[in-house]
Amino acid sequence: MMPLAFDLFLCGLVLAVAVAAVSGRELFGSIVFFIVYGLLMALAWVRLEAVDVALTEAAIGAGLTGLLLVGASARLRRLQAPEEETGSRKARAATAIACLSIAGLIGAAVLLLDPRAPGLAPMVDCSLAESGVGNPVTAVLLNFRAYDTLLESTVLLVALLGVWSLSDERSWGGHGGLRQYARPGGVLATFGRTLPAIGLIIGVYLVWAGSKQPGGAFQGGTVLAAVWLLMAVAGVADAPRVSNRLLRLGLVAGPALFLAIGMAGAMAGDFLRLPPEHAGNLILLIEAGLTVSVAVTLALLVVGPPQRDLPHGEPS
Amino acid sequence: MTEMPVSSAQLFGLCGAALIGIGLYGFIAHRHLLRRLVGFNVIGSGVFLLFGSTGYRRVELGADPVPQALVITGVVVAVSATALLVALIIRLAQLTGSARLPEESPGGGR
Repeated sequence: MMPLAFDLFLCGLVLAVAVAAVSGRELFGSIVFFIVYGLLMALAWVRLEAVDVALTEAAIGAGLTGLLLVGASARLRRLQAPEEETGSRKARAATAIACLSIAGLIGAAVLLLDPRAPGLAPMVDCSLAESGVGNPVTAVLLNFRAYDTLLESTVLLVALLGVWSLSDERSWGGHGGLRQYARPGGVLATFGRTLPAIGLIIGVYLVWAGSKQPGGAFQGGTVLAAVWLLMAVAGVADAPRVSNRLLRLGLVAGPALFLAIGMAGAMAGDFLRLPPEHAGNLILLIEAGLTVSVAVTLALLVVGPPQRDLPHGEPS
Repeated sequence: MTEMPVSSAQLFGLCGAALIGIGLYGFIAHRHLLRRLVGFNVIGSGVFLLFGSTGYRRVELGADPVPQALVITGVVVAVSATALLVALIIRLAQLTGSARLPEESPGGGR
């Protein structure tokens, strides 16, 4: 019963931190709790033996989302947008009761599920040999449900277009508006120079290992994006201009390659169908392309809309 | 593979259900858009956990890879939506000086 006790403790901790993140008095504190919450969620995914999801949750859910929120709160503070007071006590109580009953209903539905349902695992196991990879999650992502992944990589691109379109007209074609925080010789400046080498290896390894072990294009790409963001925040690298050709090529390379391989499948019979004898290499090729695009897109999403002035205030 | 009683999967499912409720509260109770965004993300990860836990009902079969793959897709889509919303909120604050919707600001709207 030891594992169950641990799970109980973990769930309690997750819920407590979630309450702190949602109801904290101050915006910045609530964001910090949200990052802690993301890391605890990664632990919960490890307990569910979903290591691929745990890696994604830690890198994206806690890391990138946290960075986005911290950056946003800093920008809002500079704009001096006022903090808020919540609504009346009565309204809050009514909201709490309504949300509690919704959670109760969903919880009841969880308990009503058939606890012995086999799910789709046996079907995946059956066809795993044809997929070209040994990691069943990668097989689902890039072979059995490749459609979802193709659309997902497109969603990333569309989100970035949305973010860019929010820049005002005279800023178009400028640099991304990321602020640099590092003092020369400070901790961040040192980390910004030493950690990227290690992060680069970890990112590429995650992609390579993804065919047999937990890992893959999205996890590896996120690590690479984080490496670049660290360098940018530490002042080692500058945010590129959004009109940079090479940058734009990197953005579309992955989805375009994916689509091209899918179309080749369509010529041979089925859209996105990978022939079993080449599936392993094709998946590796798609993953390599996706890694580049995911890394560039995620990094630019965090950087935000372009600005004409360089972050440190000198006109470009 | 560690032996985990099936009830643990239900436990994480219930935890996911509770997280949906907590996130929904944050989403409704706050007017500051960034705080709503935190609530939105808590709802999202609650849904993911609930979904992922359904893939772990038969321990002897291992974790079901299909929900895992869909959750990974979902996490990436959620971060794209969050990035777009952050950009929208900042643009709103640049134009109006407030991180709330106009109709919910003290002096404005209805």
